Amino acid sequence: MNAFVGMPSFPKASSKSVSDAQLRHNLRKATHTIRAKRALVVDEQPDWAALRSAGAAIKDRTLRHLDVYLERLEEAVTAAGGTVHWAADAAEANRIVTGLVKATGETEVVKVKSMATQEIDLNSALEAEGITAYETDLAELIVQLGDDWPSHILVPAIHRNRAEIREIFLSKMAAWGRPAPADLKDDPRALADAARLHLRERFLSARVGISGANFAVAETGTLVVLESEGNGRMCLTLPETLISVVGIEKIVPTWQDLEVFMQLLPRSSTGERMNPYTSMWTGATEGQTFHLVLLDNGRTSVLADEVGRQALRCIRCSACLNVCPVYERAGGHAYGSVYPGPIGAILTPQLKGMAGPLEESLPYASTLCGACYDVCPVAINIPEVLLDLRSKVVTRGHHGQRLAMGAARRVLDSPRWLAVAQNSAGRLRHWTPRRLPGPLSAWSDTRDVPRPPKESFRQWWATR
Amino acid sequence: MVGDPMTSRDRILARVRSALSDVPRGEGPEDFTVPREYERTRTGPDVVELLVDRLVDYKALVHQVDDIGNAVDEALARRGARRLAIPAGVPSSWLGESEVIRDEPPLPNVELSGFDGVLTGCAVAIAETGTIILDAGPEQGRRALTLVPDYHLCVVRRDQIVRTVPEALERLDPTRPLTWISGPSATSDIELNRVEGVHGPRTLEVLITP
Repeated sequence: MNAFVGMPSFPKASSKSVSDAQLRHNLRKATHTIRAKRALVVDEQPDWAALRSAGAAIKDRTLRHLDVYLERLEEAVTAAGGTVHWAADAAEANRIVTGLVKATGETEVVKVKSMATQEIDLNSALEAEGITAYETDLAELIVQLGDDWPSHILVPAIHRNRAEIREIFLSKMAAWGRPAPADLKDDPRALADAARLHLRERFLSARVGISGANFAVAETGTLVVLESEGNGRMCLTLPETLISVVGIEKIVPTWQDLEVFMQLLPRSSTGERMNPYTSMWTGATEGQTFHLVLLDNGRTSVLADEVGRQALRCIRCSACLNVCPVYERAGGHAYGSVYPGPIGAILTPQLKGMAGPLEESLPYASTLCGACYDVCPVAINIPEVLLDLRSKVVTRGHHGQRLAMGAARRVLDSPRWLAVAQNSAGRLRHWTPRRLPGPLSAWSDTRDVPRPPKESFRQWWATR
Repeated sequence: MVGDPMTSRDRILARVRSALSDVPRGEGPEDFTVPREYERTRTGPDVVELLVDRLVDYKALVHQVDDIGNAVDEALARRGARRLAIPAGVPSSWLGESEVIRDEPPLPNVELSGFDGVLTGCAVAIAETGTIILDAGPEQGRRALTLVPDYHLCVVRRDQIVRTVPEALERLDPTRPLTWISGPSATSDIELNRVEGVHGPRTLEVLITP
């Protein structure tokens, strides 16, 4: 997550996005559209609740015996002609991948959209070694050409509108390969066609492909990638060498288990009965050399937390983003990580530890309304984990919170102090500031401070 | 790593085991129960009818035909496609008058771009989701074949159609390279407008035969 190093805390970052009317409009339209589509296709599935319980339990089974399944996966992939590498952290994963690419003698790679490679900032590591990584997912291409950050798990360029995308294509495509047509219109069809032409020669000439995976089947060694555009199939099929960087939590135990996730993921994610393309391969396929890099990078720390462990069930569908009132207003960038939204609010502080103000603020980036838990296809109780993380922040001593809670405790502990406080609040109500000072300003940055009532309930009751 | 005999493999596995100290020692993976009360199969409308409905929903072109050879000729004529690539094992009875080139020995990938389309069979089709699954069998060929040309004409036999996802997985061999296709390639990345055909075939045409 190096790309986001130095990010301000969530309240600071989100205060910028909530005042961006265009961004709020884009986000609202996008999240509400996907949300409605999802609801329709989930309703169509009569056994959704049972699938959800099965999905959660399969992931729990995997996590509780992850050592067994990791060894089983390694054995199966190796038996099928693939090579397995283990990476304890981002630096090691980048070293392994860079070494593998260098060994092929190539200086260019094509990439399938992958959260894991974004998390470790693989593109920068490759660039430092003189290797150019080309993103091939349309949204990732927009983000890469625009020298930007992704803002949504499923639709990373959701914060951009068509006019901005046209501008990015016209001004940046030439530097990366085939230029955009000079008379490029800003309708989505024309923009997609420009991307198709821009990437086509690259696909046909690429000799190294890099991907992540949605699932890795321990029993058979099969890797699974779900996608829509066909760029995934291109990168997974055409290059001579394929390198897949996969988080250790992506395992499902058996081939049969896929019957659950192939139903849960597309419906939760894009709101389709099935995504347009899925590729599955086991070891070295059709003459291709295959490397699997198993990535820890903080996942074992998450695993060690009995409450937080459930975050590792996540199948990255992004349904929680699309129902979250906070994400809808704050946008993905405010979360300061490749994992935005409610899942990011619990995953980032756990993966990276409470390393700074951003990680400390993320457990508070929620209204705890519970909508994320309701839509999660693997029933991750996000509010429960948020509360647990908040208690950890408090125990460690979050400055503003400690101050406020300390003062509140003194006042609430004594009926006399409470009466005095309420009384003076009522008399001073006209002097209530619209914005709060110091560490409390985070709360009032996006709302007006309410005026205290003229008299307290006790005063009113006494005069009845 | 001098003086550190532990590999990352050892280190990660050790971390996993210590992270799981709360899991009872005697518990094996199978001892943790997975409830499987979901439906592996269902009853409902005829699977052919359902598959057609779902394919049309994805904007694939669909025809129910008796004579495959004739239907292939008609489909190609409608499209104006003349040069077709086909996998090595496509039966001659599927081929009408059209000019076809068998992928045997494999054609260079760059050349596949020059074809008007590709004609294949399939391994399994899922009615409820409108999904066609290729497993690189003789009538389907290697994965690149159905990927690079812009037009995919696919023959689905009635007995290859199942209703649900679990029924499909049961029929598949995980050791084969598998491609699941649900309608033509599509993107919704630009203001969530669905655009068919970014990188894969922009047109999927399906012939359903008895």
